[in-house]
Amino acid sequence: MFSVSTVPPTSTQTFVDDFPSSTSHRKHQSESDAMAMDVDMDDEFGAGPSKRAIVTPGEVITSSKEYMRGHGTYVEETSVVSSVTGTIERVNKLISVKPVRSKYVPEVGDLVIGRIVEVGPQRWRVDANGRQDAVLMLSSVNLPGGVQRRKIESDALKMREFLAEGDLLVAEVQAFFGDGAMSLHTRSLKYGKLRNGQLLVVPPQLIRRLKSHFHHIPPPCGPTGVDIILGLNGYVWVSAGTTQEKREGGDGFDAEGVYSDKNDDITPEGRQAVSLISNIIKLVASEGIPLTETLIGEAYNWVQQQGHGVEAHGPLDTRDGERMLAEVAGVDISA
Amino acid sequence: MSSSRLEILNDGGLRHDARRPYELRSTSFALSTQSNAEGSSTVTQGLTTIAVSVYGPREPRSRANASHDRAVISVEVGVVPWAQGGGGGMKRTRGDKRLQEIGAAIRQTFEPVIMTHLYPRSEIAIHVQVLSADGGILPTSINATTLALISAGISLTDYVTSISIGLHLTQPLLDLSQPEESDLPSLVVASLPSSGKITLAQMETRLHVDRFQEMMDLGVEACKVLKDEMEGVVKEKTRKIVERMDVRGVAVEEQ
Repeated sequence: MFSVSTVPPTSTQTFVDDFPSSTSHRKHQSESDAMAMDVDMDDEFGAGPSKRAIVTPGEVITSSKEYMRGHGTYVEETSVVSSVTGTIERVNKLISVKPVRSKYVPEVGDLVIGRIVEVGPQRWRVDANGRQDAVLMLSSVNLPGGVQRRKIESDALKMREFLAEGDLLVAEVQAFFGDGAMSLHTRSLKYGKLRNGQLLVVPPQLIRRLKSHFHHIPPPCGPTGVDIILGLNGYVWVSAGTTQEKREGGDGFDAEGVYSDKNDDITPEGRQAVSLISNIIKLVASEGIPLTETLIGEAYNWVQQQGHGVEAHGPLDTRDGERMLAEVAGVDISA
Repeated sequence: MSSSRLEILNDGGLRHDARRPYELRSTSFALSTQSNAEGSSTVTQGLTTIAVSVYGPREPRSRANASHDRAVISVEVGVVPWAQGGGGGMKRTRGDKRLQEIGAAIRQTFEPVIMTHLYPRSEIAIHVQVLSADGGILPTSINATTLALISAGISLTDYVTSISIGLHLTQPLLDLSQPEESDLPSLVVASLPSSGKITLAQMETRLHVDRFQEMMDLGVEACKVLKDEMEGVVKEKTRKIVERMDVRGVAVEEQ
């Protein structure tokens, strides 16, 4: 809370005379900022991640004569100006601003989790948390049974049997259409319909591009362990664990069950394990800490060591959550 | 003035709530107050509190109003039932029409500021909720919308800040409360503080033309003061988020 006041002009002064001092000061300020930026540009951008300069919309970053504008900036007259709130990134002469929070920006090869919103001719429309709905073509999915062949009319008629509205799936970004919408594919045994678990939505910035986005926390955590899929679009899938063979076509792989709508029987302990891992992820994400397999694993171990066995307790209470973040991630959230 | 049950300026030069003519009401700005929206904010100016959520850019809810080369902006304004008491802020009878007008004014204010060409075939939905009303609904909504858009990471050319200016005899008054707003001719200004450009100037009452320029300049100057305050809050919040993003950053790079 604060209050501001401006001194009313005296009768002898005109109104316009009242402000030139502050206006000229402002101009000078921004000019000197820009100059300072030019001078210690290398210090400013070359420093470690915690020392990046933060800008907000309308803030002059530097001169457009010497630098090129990238994402998150625009050129006005002779300055590069920020259009979002975030940190300045520089690659040689290219200046861009990386927003701290924004909608998911897809790249080819990204692993995403989506939900079917519409079954259309030869394609599904998928909500993948992007600016527009994604498209999954019938030709980019595997048929049940793993047969490889051209999709024929009878397959098109059975599309809703494979994936219906509301179904969740994990897929990879294959390409972009001309209007920027993403095209997905599930042509790998790792991808496809999701079941036996629950979906969490976190800010997409918290999930970084890693070698693998499929993680497995092994048994003492529930009878079969817990599987985690970190979708780059900010959707996270936590489910009862399976073995890698079962998932990827080895022993016990059920080729016909790929598009099954039925959940397997999950024991109460398995359900508790899934919800404990979900609660850990929710807590870490709500504090804006990036999600990684190691962090989730360590957080789980911490909970185990505290004697909060999965069987004994369900969700974490606030105080335990605070202690967990302090000890595992080194973050103090009590303040 | 005509229906002055209230003394607008007393002999000491103070207004009914003990403010000086150019003094703003106490303000508070909060960012990301609703977790289910892409961006949100809650702004309090005096006894007026407004919460704004921004959804999108997302797939347009109705295909009909999509545009192939830019984002469409839709604004919805709602008033909670208990916001209408107190100073008689919003009357239910004429509520709907008035709210639509406020929504249209917000949309027109932000259309030139949001870089809509970056988000083709999508929709940016702005939901404004008036939690308590004591004058200055429109300017407070605009201030809250700016913050919500910023927290959603949507590209803007600048902040947009807004203020109401009233005129008592020859004395301009800044940031009117509800009793003043109903008694005085007033003007709402929304401006881009860095350049001083004006994106909205709205009057519902008549005003002497000789006073207009003075009030406008005063409003633009007040908008700059508001912007500085908002920027401080945004930077502080951003600094915290950036700090958190670096937690265990080393561990991530090792993998």
